[in-house]
Amino acid sequence: MADARSAIKRPIGPRLWLSGGWLTLLVLGAVFAPLLAPKDPLMQDLFLGRMPPFWLPGAEPGYLLGTDSLGRDVLSRLLYGARVALFVGLIAGVLTCLLGTTLGLIAGYYRGWPDLLISRFIDIWMAFPPVLFSILLIAVMGTGLTSIIIAIVVIDWTRFARVIRAEAMTQGAMDYVASAQVTGHKRIGIMLLEILPNVLPTMVVLLTLEMGIAVIVEAILSFVNLSISTDDPTWGSMISEGRVSIHQAWWVLVFPLVCLFFTVLSFSQLGEGLKDYFDPVLR
Amino acid sequence: MSFLEITSLSARVGPVPILRDVSLNVAAGEVRALVGESGAGKSMIGKAILGTLPGAIHITGGEIRLDGQDLLALRPAERRRVIGQTAALIPQDPLTALNPVRRIGPQITRRLVDILGWSKRDAEARALELLAEVHIPDPKRVMQSYPHELSGGMRQRVLIASAFAAEPKLIIADEPTTALDVTVQKQILRLIKEMQQRHNTALLFVTHDLGVVAKICQKLTVLFGGMVLEEASVEAFFAAPQHAYSRALLAATPKYTDPDQSLTPVPQSILDDLQAQLDFAERTTT
Repeated sequence: MADARSAIKRPIGPRLWLSGGWLTLLVLGAVFAPLLAPKDPLMQDLFLGRMPPFWLPGAEPGYLLGTDSLGRDVLSRLLYGARVALFVGLIAGVLTCLLGTTLGLIAGYYRGWPDLLISRFIDIWMAFPPVLFSILLIAVMGTGLTSIIIAIVVIDWTRFARVIRAEAMTQGAMDYVASAQVTGHKRIGIMLLEILPNVLPTMVVLLTLEMGIAVIVEAILSFVNLSISTDDPTWGSMISEGRVSIHQAWWVLVFPLVCLFFTVLSFSQLGEGLKDYFDPVLR
Repeated sequence: MSFLEITSLSARVGPVPILRDVSLNVAAGEVRALVGESGAGKSMIGKAILGTLPGAIHITGGEIRLDGQDLLALRPAERRRVIGQTAALIPQDPLTALNPVRRIGPQITRRLVDILGWSKRDAEARALELLAEVHIPDPKRVMQSYPHELSGGMRQRVLIASAFAAEPKLIIADEPTTALDVTVQKQILRLIKEMQQRHNTALLFVTHDLGVVAKICQKLTVLFGGMVLEEASVEAFFAAPQHAYSRALLAATPKYTDPDQSLTPVPQSILDDLQAQLDFAERTTT
C-alpha cells in the first residue's frame, strides 16, 4: 500500500513552473545586474530623454526599453531595482516570519497567560493603521534599507502570529501531542519537535506571501520617497517618476509596474504551489 | 494496596461538575472497565490520571495515587516523569495519535531514548521486537513509514506497541476500538488482551460497549454523570447487575441472536431518578 501511494508521481504544475520561472529570472537578473545592464542605471543624458522602447519608431539603439525623462536606461534601472526589491522581500519576509512564528507558537501551544498576553498585544498592534505607522517609523528612524526592513517586520509580524497561533492550537489538540505529554516530554521539546514541523507548510505559504507584501511595501515607500536615496533605482521611485510623464512616455511607468505585478503574483502562487507539493496527506 | 488508587476525585468546568466523588482502584495486572454513556466522565478519569485534562477543567478535590505516589501533590515536571515511567496511553483515534510528519520508528523509540536513557540502537531493536509482537508483518518497513502510509488498524497496532514499549505498569486504553471498523476491532481487542497478559500490565479500559467488557475485562465500574453507580466483577455484573441503570444498560445492548428486535432505550424514569440524585448531591455539597 505504501508502494502504491509513493508510486503516484506528483507533477510540478504550471503554477510552480511559471511563478518559479519568473522569480528565478528575476533573481538572476538582480544578482548579475552589473553584467547584464546595458547602461549605468544612474547615467543621465538629457539629449536622450523619453526615448521609446525598441519596437516603436524613434527608438534609440542600445536602450531596449527606452529611457526616462532624464535619459536614464529603463532596463538597467529595472535590473538594479530588482536587487532592492528582492533583498527587502527576502530579509523582511524571513525576519517577520521568525518573530511572528515564535510568538504565535508560544501563544497557541502554551495557552494560558502567555496566550492572553500575546493575543491582546496583537489586537492592540493591529489597531494602528499600517501605512501611517510605517511612514511614522521611517520618519523616526530615517530613510534607508534597514529602516524599511524594520518597519515591515514591526508591522507585519502580527499576520504570522495570528495564523500560526490558530494552527498551533489545532495541532495541540491532537492525540499525538497528548501522547507525547504522557510519555513525559518537556513542553518546549513537544512544541519544537511535534508542533513546529506540522505548522511548517503554513509557515512556508505565509512566508512567500509576506515576501510579496514586503516588495509592495518597499515600492509604496519609495513611491512616497521614503525608501533609500532618490538616485538609487527602485521600482517604486520609477513608478512615481513615470507618473509625471505618463502622457509622453508611458513605458517609464508601465515596465516597473508590470515587474512589480508579476513578482508579487509569483510569490503568492509559489506559496500555494509549494503547499500542494509538500502536503503530507497528499504525499 | 492497589497499583492505582483514586479516592473521592472531583472535577469541574466552571460551576459544572464533571467528576463527583469518584473512587476507583486498579490492582497490578488487573483489567478494569470504565463504562458509561457519552458525557459520563469516563474519558475524563483517564485524562486526570495522565495529566492531560483540557485547561478549562479543574480538579477540585480527591487523590490519585499511582504506585503509592500522590500525583496531584507533585510538581508538574516531577509528575510528568512519574507518569512517563509508570503509565501509558492507547488513544481513541489512531488517525490523529501519530505525528503525521515523523516516521514511525522515532515515534516509538523516542520515549525510550529521551526519557529512559536507552541507546538508540537498543531502542530500535526493542521497537522492531514490539512491532513483531503486535503482529505487524514487515516491522523494518513500518519503522521507515510515515503514518499516512498505514491503515487505521496498522496504526492502532503501532500505538499499542508504543504503549507497551517502556514496560509500563498501567495502561489506559481510551475507547481504543471506536474509530476502527468492526472486523478490525475484534483483532485489536484480542491483541490488547494478549499483550496485557504477556506483560502482566494493569489496564484501565474506557468504553461504552458492554460486549467488549465481557470479552476482555475482569472488573467494571459503571459511571453516570461523573458519579460511580456500580462496581462489580464482570461475572457478577452480567449475572445480576445491582443498579437499575446498569440493568437497563445491559438490556439496551443489541443482541446478535435476535436481529429484528427493536432497540430498548434506558427508561426515562431511571434517568429522571438519577438526575434527581445528581441534583440533590449538588445541593448538599455546595
